[in-house]
Amino acid sequence: MSAPALRFSVDGAPVEAKAGQTIIEACDDAGIYIPRLCYRADLPPGGQCRLCTCKVNGRYAAACVTPVTPAIAVENDTPELRAERNTIVEMLFVEGNHPCPFCEKSGNCDLQAMAYRFGLSATELTYQFPNRDIDATHPEIFLDRNTCILCGLCIRASRSADGKAVFGFENRGARTQLTVNSPDGLAGTDIATADRAAAVCPVGCIVVKGTGYETPYGERPYDRQPIGADIEAQRHPSAERKDADV
Amino acid sequence: MIGENVAAADRTRLMDMIIAAQSRLGYLSDETLSAIASEVGIAYVDVVDTASFYAFFSRAPQGRCQIRFSKTPVSLVKGAADVVRAFEKALATPLGTTSPDGITLNWTSDIGMADQEPACLINGTVFANLEPADAAGIVDEVRTMIANDALPGFPGYGNAAAFSSAKAGCASNVVLAGEVLFAPMTPGSGLRAALAMTPEEVIDEVRRSGLRGRGGAGFPTGMKWGLTRRANGEARYIICNADEGEPGTFKDRVLLVEAPGLVFEGLTIAGYALGAKIGLIYLRAEYAYLFGDLQRVLGERRRLGLLGERTGGREGFDFDIRIQLGAGAYICGEESALIESLEGKRGAPRDRPPYPTDRGYLGQPTSVNNVETLACVPRIIERGANWFSKIGTAESKGTKLMCLSGDCAKPGVYEVPFGITLNELLDLAGGADAEAVQVSGAAGECVAPKDFGRSLCYEDLSTAGSTMVFGPERDVLEIVLQFAEFFADESCGWCVPCRIGTVLLKENLEKTRHGLASREDLARLERLAGTVRKMSRCGLGQTAPNPILSTLRNFPHIYESKLIGGDDVRIDLQAALRDARALRTVSALKQDGA
Repeated sequence: MSAPALRFSVDGAPVEAKAGQTIIEACDDAGIYIPRLCYRADLPPGGQCRLCTCKVNGRYAAACVTPVTPAIAVENDTPELRAERNTIVEMLFVEGNHPCPFCEKSGNCDLQAMAYRFGLSATELTYQFPNRDIDATHPEIFLDRNTCILCGLCIRASRSADGKAVFGFENRGARTQLTVNSPDGLAGTDIATADRAAAVCPVGCIVVKGTGYETPYGERPYDRQPIGADIEAQRHPSAERKDADV
Repeated sequence: MIGENVAAADRTRLMDMIIAAQSRLGYLSDETLSAIASEVGIAYVDVVDTASFYAFFSRAPQGRCQIRFSKTPVSLVKGAADVVRAFEKALATPLGTTSPDGITLNWTSDIGMADQEPACLINGTVFANLEPADAAGIVDEVRTMIANDALPGFPGYGNAAAFSSAKAGCASNVVLAGEVLFAPMTPGSGLRAALAMTPEEVIDEVRRSGLRGRGGAGFPTGMKWGLTRRANGEARYIICNADEGEPGTFKDRVLLVEAPGLVFEGLTIAGYALGAKIGLIYLRAEYAYLFGDLQRVLGERRRLGLLGERTGGREGFDFDIRIQLGAGAYICGEESALIESLEGKRGAPRDRPPYPTDRGYLGQPTSVNNVETLACVPRIIERGANWFSKIGTAESKGTKLMCLSGDCAKPGVYEVPFGITLNELLDLAGGADAEAVQVSGAAGECVAPKDFGRSLCYEDLSTAGSTMVFGPERDVLEIVLQFAEFFADESCGWCVPCRIGTVLLKENLEKTRHGLASREDLARLERLAGTVRKMSRCGLGQTAPNPILSTLRNFPHIYESKLIGGDDVRIDLQAALRDARALRTVSALKQDGA
């Protein structure tokens, strides 16, 4: 099992990877946070959100789908990439309808938490205000596509973790939407509240009923610590960045 | 008929099953998709995923007759909007809707007819050089055919002969034939020369010829074949990319009409070199009218022993070719999206690595080559790498098919050696007074006269062949806006920067074109273009901002002249309120009416 470690660098700091690891896996292990919305360590990567785009030997590449190769130089936390990632998060806010103040997912939402981590307040991009369908057919699970960011996590979770195929995409381009495995809506599928697909949604799109607003303000996950802090807590104190002010 | 004799449970033939259902029933109901899902043994949602992706599939009932007008900057300067208005009038039906007798009018992306626009597809049949005066006659004929149940369906292979209209069908317009692709050819001569060599020798010959991909990327063909042959796999595949969707290009259509044998022979030689048993041609739906003739040529080659068991008389080489029709998606010209589509899925590109040469079609080593690239191969094998590499420049060997369209006297296909300057090409085509030339399609670059002295080759002005010429009277911003609209329509939607960014770029350009943008909006446009270019997942998003970025660079005065107010922009609050009130009234009326 113990293949030789691959050495590479992230923002000038040396990092080791196990053979076969992607850049995001190796960085997670090393306590280096690369922002992401469509990636979970235990699910196959999808490469949808592109937030984890780094510069690898000078070329842009998504860290979740790019394997580590020996001696690559990865740029992650640079002013340029921070600016591009800000724009991607802003794009997601203007693409959908995101009622943060009263959304059930508020305080536990990756998109909202990312905006806080990045220090975003208002956007200059044009709001699209799309008309999106809500699926209320299921007695226990509610689908509010207004906040869907088309990250594909539920699609991958249903297939690889639940052994089902509850979710999929429909249409293309700006008309792409999340759809379900039945013409009769979510109620026509075999989804269960215990499924990984029902819990994996990073925003407020897939909501298990009867669980909303349970945690008081101030105690919600992202009230306590910013998104990514759990990964950064793994960082060994000796692994200091050489260009900490970049 | 497409879709017949397809083994059930073969996911890779899902496209054919959906095409057959669309053709037979006119649309794809939930029940139809459910039935296909159970026949193939896959989830309903997977069939929806594929069926909802392609422009030529419809989920709601449509007319039995689909008239699709090519919407491109070239078609619009040639008067496509007037033609559409004439059809609307003849049918008393607005664009985007269906007449009571079942004729649906729509725009569609470039249909590969830039040299004879305005053009349209009527079901599977192509109509060229349309004028407003043609509308009434064509509509009458279509109505009669519908009434007599004689209208060729879609894809139906398109039958120009079924129509009496002189505008049915298309011409090849080969204005200049060169020494590689349009020289006379004896079927089998290249293949016989290849079979006298080992597969490794064939690959080496192609490598030494300097042949590079003609679809735009310019990857060395010999290297691609070598990688595919050396990769570990249970099978190897060779795919011919005939999804020619780049606006302004039509050379592959012309090659498939004028020299299909050369293309098939190139594919067969590639099959021999790679150790593949099957060659797949992915033919864009817009070219479905070529399907019947291509099948006939394939049949002829089987009879001649140039395909099938003991191909070319070689024991153990049993190679055949299948043509897969697409269904309307520019992104499927991207090789990994094309492979996904061949596997019966939505045309969303894959992340790389792994590259198709390692894991492509069905996870096996695969080489995807452009039609024109493959057509060069029999010549190289027959006449030798040295002969081929003497043509062209240091980095760009051989000839290139250039597709001239727009404001030039002689639009059509020109086979020229690599290295020709844009000026020389414009002189050949009678486009000397050009003010802007869009080189290599929407994904390419808009070039100003100061750069017309540049050479068309991989090391200078790289091009896949599309050359759209625009004269002094054309509005460059309108052209850029057309391309922006095209990319927003054709984005697959998988990744965020392209899915949303292409829409935002289009909106910002509209604002600029209407004279409502400030200097800050222009800076925003450039920043946004940068984000889409850098952060997008595949070539579509990475090149979508090119028309904007190249015109900002080469035609800055056009943007400057549209800006308002210098640096101190003040909003006319009263005018804005008036607009807002008007909008509110409209939406209130809509709600009342609903």
